[in-house]
Amino acid sequence: MTAYLIQRLLSMLLSLLGVSILVFWMVHLIPGDPALMILGERANEAALQELRQQMGLDQPKAVQYARFLSDLSRLDLGRSFRTKGLVAEEIGRHFPPTAELTLAAMLFAIVFGILAGVISAINRGGFWDFATMFGALAGVSIPIFWLGLMLILLFAHQLDLFPVSGRLDALLDLEIERRTNFMLLDTLLAGNLAAFADAVWHLILPAVTLGTVPLAIITRMTRSSLLEVLNQQYITTAYAKGLSQWIVVGKHALKNSLIPVITVIGLEFGYLLGGAILTEHIFSWPGIGSWLLKAVEARDIRPIQGGVLFIAALFMSVNLIVDLLYAYIDPRIRIQSAAV
Amino acid sequence: MKRLAFLTLLLLTFTIGISHAKPRAFIFGRGGDSVGLDPAHEEDGESFKVCESIYDTLVQYQDDSTEIEPALAESWETSADGLTWTFHLRRDVDFHDGTSFDANAVLFSLNRQHDANHPFHQVGGPYIYWTDTGLAETVDQISRIDDYTIQITLTRPYAPFIYALTIPAFAIVSPTALKKSGEDFTNRPVGTGPFSFVRWDRNEKIVLKANKDYWGGAPGVDLLIFRAIPENSVRLIELQNGSIQAMEFPNPDDLPLIRQDPDLNIIEQAGMNVGYLAMNMDKQPFGNHKVRQAINHAINKNQIVEQLYQGLGIPAKNPIPPNMWSYDQTTEAYTYDPGLAKQLLSQAGYANGFKVTLWALPVPRPYIPNGRMLAEAIQSDLKQVGIQTEVVSPEWGTYLEKTKNGEHDMAMLGWSADFADPDNFLYYLLSKSSAKKPAGNIAFYRSDAMQSILDQARTETDTTIRTQLYRQAQALFQKDVPWVPLAHAKQIVIARKNVRDLTLHPTSFKYLRHVKIKAD
Repeated sequence: MTAYLIQRLLSMLLSLLGVSILVFWMVHLIPGDPALMILGERANEAALQELRQQMGLDQPKAVQYARFLSDLSRLDLGRSFRTKGLVAEEIGRHFPPTAELTLAAMLFAIVFGILAGVISAINRGGFWDFATMFGALAGVSIPIFWLGLMLILLFAHQLDLFPVSGRLDALLDLEIERRTNFMLLDTLLAGNLAAFADAVWHLILPAVTLGTVPLAIITRMTRSSLLEVLNQQYITTAYAKGLSQWIVVGKHALKNSLIPVITVIGLEFGYLLGGAILTEHIFSWPGIGSWLLKAVEARDIRPIQGGVLFIAALFMSVNLIVDLLYAYIDPRIRIQSAAV
Repeated sequence: MKRLAFLTLLLLTFTIGISHAKPRAFIFGRGGDSVGLDPAHEEDGESFKVCESIYDTLVQYQDDSTEIEPALAESWETSADGLTWTFHLRRDVDFHDGTSFDANAVLFSLNRQHDANHPFHQVGGPYIYWTDTGLAETVDQISRIDDYTIQITLTRPYAPFIYALTIPAFAIVSPTALKKSGEDFTNRPVGTGPFSFVRWDRNEKIVLKANKDYWGGAPGVDLLIFRAIPENSVRLIELQNGSIQAMEFPNPDDLPLIRQDPDLNIIEQAGMNVGYLAMNMDKQPFGNHKVRQAINHAINKNQIVEQLYQGLGIPAKNPIPPNMWSYDQTTEAYTYDPGLAKQLLSQAGYANGFKVTLWALPVPRPYIPNGRMLAEAIQSDLKQVGIQTEVVSPEWGTYLEKTKNGEHDMAMLGWSADFADPDNFLYYLLSKSSAKKPAGNIAFYRSDAMQSILDQARTETDTTIRTQLYRQAQALFQKDVPWVPLAHAKQIVIARKNVRDLTLHPTSFKYLRHVKIKAD
């Protein structure tokens, strides 16, 4: 197991090096001089020169890459040229909102997705099967942008049940110190229950928006995987023993059908953590996706490089965790990896 | 059980909410966050918008005009040769950190931008405005006469100087705070303005609180909050729901809806900007005067502006906007006359027309909201007179780079005033010296007559004579027509009905210091 882990970590490091090369050159391949993007209409030669020099753009590309790598080896992601802030700090500030939103969205998707998948599978061919599958189809095909706006219009504007956007009421927020920038945690740390409730309240619409696609995918995956398991002989045996449907499905079938579902959950989780740009945009959510988008728009080199690397590392870590989870859930995989 | 807990929490929210006395907060919704709050380094509108409430400049505009009035400088005088400016400073002003404002603070704020040897010159990045407005070359020395008097000497007479000092980038910062925070000053700004800084949650909001001791009188609200709400339609819903009090940049398509909403007001003000179509005179056929005239007659400007600006723009006839002093009302605009355009083209030897590239702005700018749609309209008008155009629209950085280097035949671009002086438009956009690549003058219009007028106007200190000179410049522009001047865009803000004293200034935002909320 340990050997497996080390092997995985090493290959992850190698992949990250690849990503670093890719992202470094990509930033330089997109058209548009970063200095010019910052200065805009006002650019003149003197100002451009000065700015390029400050940004280190006057150096040869190889030197720039070497500098980038040497900084990276010291875990220094550099400073944003636009905001002057340390990239590592900015990631630290913008990642928690995305993580919080992703966790909420995935919680929503996993709970309801597995539930709907199970209901659909045990009612195969029936009304509930049809209804869930129709819903799931709608869920994967719905444009997130549209869904978010519709939820806001209906639940925040017409019915006034939820706040429109943001993470916390602007005035309540003044009482909260941002220690972790996980809003639920910070409000609890401040011992402010009203603010905590308000934060939960703010989280619901964006989480539903972001969770809808994974919800649909998890539903479909749970259904098909469970159906496959339900067709196996040991299930027939279980029924023959006179066990109730709840016990058969809940105890014998579900766990065995979860492997492909976990794969999907892991992948979706990684995607969402990488930045749910659209959801963040609609709900004024200061997450890492919209932060990275702004950096790309401004050709702000260091944040682009640091942000992409961070997201790549995160994605790989989630994948690793999912693989380890397989072993936990399916003893056969554990045995195989032990043999390696 | 969970649900019960949630409901209890909700109930708690209400009870706790009621027990608090709410401060009077004015929440302003905008499309993006500020980049930084150290004014000397900033160059974007969203940063200046907040800086204007935190800091003061030496002089400022009057609330409703572009006349200059005293701010941190009570009075000032110029030497006869126009080279020495003496400013007498206010004595009753403190920074938000409690330190007092005096000549040293002015010296510190301006010299760190100007003097490469200043200990804080290297802190925080380049001084974009100090370089761009030419002050880096124009200013010779900034010196202290006594505790409340400073003197600025110039290398050459530069009449727009006093207007340039209104730019928020040249605001006075607290030397004590800046020395303490260094690079981080941009995140914890300290000035003398009507509001002091409270906190900044990046990409969420910036919170300021009223400076009750403000020398210009205490502000009308306790808290001023700038919230970043990137999506235009969501921002409007926030406003309709009353969770923010004012906003900018609505979707143009939402304007009719907003006009009908009894809870909302549209506040409009003519903007100090111009959007134009430059004809590259380095390339044929635009070296030909008749061709440029023909194109001016061929484009149905009034109709285009009406359709594309949704009532938020006026057709342009001069290179400077109508609210700029010296604007010539009497200029006769080129009429829309395709027949005459064809005639001029055939006189110029282009009876069968020609084919050129038309560069369309790839991003919305304040002066041209939709470059690609504008290009299509111009394309179809030019086709009527036999001119074929190929629309080119690379991304923004490339667009700027290539137009500044003259790769275009025709290109649209524009300008928003940094300060209320015609020099800020005309010298940069139309002088011969700006036609050097990378050029500000992307028509590559090289007129010695224009250059001499603009040079003279720049050094002349008498405003009456300067006005005359800028009128001459406009007449010359009208005769030579290096551009098709397209439009001047209006600026708007949408506010709830109970918002009072929110007025837009022609040059920029300066109004939030007076804003009040009437109790419902």
